[in-house]
Amino acid sequence: MSPIESAVTLTVNGSRRTARVSPSTTLLEMVRARLELTGAKECCAEGECGACTMILDGEPVNSCLVLAVETEGSEVTTIEGIGAAGMTWLQESFLATGAIQCGFCIPGMVVAATALLERVPRPTESEVREGLSGNLCRCGGYSRICAAVMVAAGGDGAT
Amino acid sequence: MTFQYHRPQSLGEATDLLGKDDAVALAGGTDLLVALRHRVVRPALVVDLKSVADIANGIEVEGGRLRIGGGVVMNRLTRNEEVNRHFPALAQAAAVVGSVQIRNRATLAGNLCNASPAADTAPALLAYGATVIASGTDITRSIPVEEFFTGPGTTVLERGEIVTAVELPIPLKALGSAFARVTRRRGVDLASVSLVCTLDSSGLARFGFGAVGPTPLLAESTFDELATDDGWSRLLSVTSPITDVRAGAEYRRAMLHVHSKRAFQAASDELRAAT
Repeated sequence: MSPIESAVTLTVNGSRRTARVSPSTTLLEMVRARLELTGAKECCAEGECGACTMILDGEPVNSCLVLAVETEGSEVTTIEGIGAAGMTWLQESFLATGAIQCGFCIPGMVVAATALLERVPRPTESEVREGLSGNLCRCGGYSRICAAVMVAAGGDGAT
Repeated sequence: MTFQYHRPQSLGEATDLLGKDDAVALAGGTDLLVALRHRVVRPALVVDLKSVADIANGIEVEGGRLRIGGGVVMNRLTRNEEVNRHFPALAQAAAVVGSVQIRNRATLAGNLCNASPAADTAPALLAYGATVIASGTDITRSIPVEEFFTGPGTTVLERGEIVTAVELPIPLKALGSAFARVTRRRGVDLASVSLVCTLDSSGLARFGFGAVGPTPLLAESTFDELATDDGWSRLLSVTSPITDVRAGAEYRRAMLHVHSKRAFQAASDELRAAT
């Protein structure tokens, strides 16, 4: 028995989008497979790693732990919506600081860091670490990732 | 994962749907979606409570009580002025649930209903004397939080019953409180031991304990009793730590003792500063 698909309409990166999904489809699966925005990654699929981080109605969430049907009428920002018109300072800072190694965690890191800087424009290093503690980097590139966020926020990035 | 999804608008509709066999409630989904994916639960029906008008996502002061709506997420708790003013240990406990992403979805009510022995917010709610407000098809009842849990993952809620709010009595007199939590690493981790101690000016000490028994536990003592080793032994005798992947029983017992004493001291200092 396959439950009947339903249409979900939401705003993704400023555009109104509609997708047909089954009740068990996650927000992440809908965005990647139906909306073909593949920047957010599925890694742990249980809210541990943050590779799937998206901004849902203004707050960062793990999109693997949200059902697509829950997001009817919501506003979602994915990594594709950040720096769409040219890289943000934060993204430039990730490049300049050498914060990107294999790159798999970076979409989630950038989305989480963007959300952090919107809430706390001049974070302390411990606030950056706390704000990114839901994002794992298997390369272990945390120092440079934290430095990149500090530099983007106007600090010197020394860690 | 095959199930139907419903998003009822009214409490009556929600309780009716949850009264059916194989129906589960969805709040923040941070526990439920993991359980669905691992097929630990295989519901026919998922009932999303986020549009139910009577399940508020606000925090209100009402007649000497702080009422936290069933839809309130952890980050809203940690950032709320009233919570920080009257129940700082609850704000601190909510601030260490999972990661920022988890705290934007996970609700206080869901943390209680999931009924983990290590539920981060439970010790604070126990120590502060919180009440769980639950609505079923016919009645709404108030359940003291120390009577809410019946075992790991189980509560006194009956089929169809929904937690609509959690209420805390705003302390009438000065109260010191402290929160402590032992984890294997800094950052995102489940608690090996967690506790909250409150101490009021009459000398009554209340402790909420997490991850040291089959449910979160409440124990009471007094300032004078806790001047003696026997007093501490009696206080901690309600706990029964086990060995699991996060810590050994002996380690838990040792950490429980040390951190309970430190929290009691911190609560005493806070009380003294406030009076």
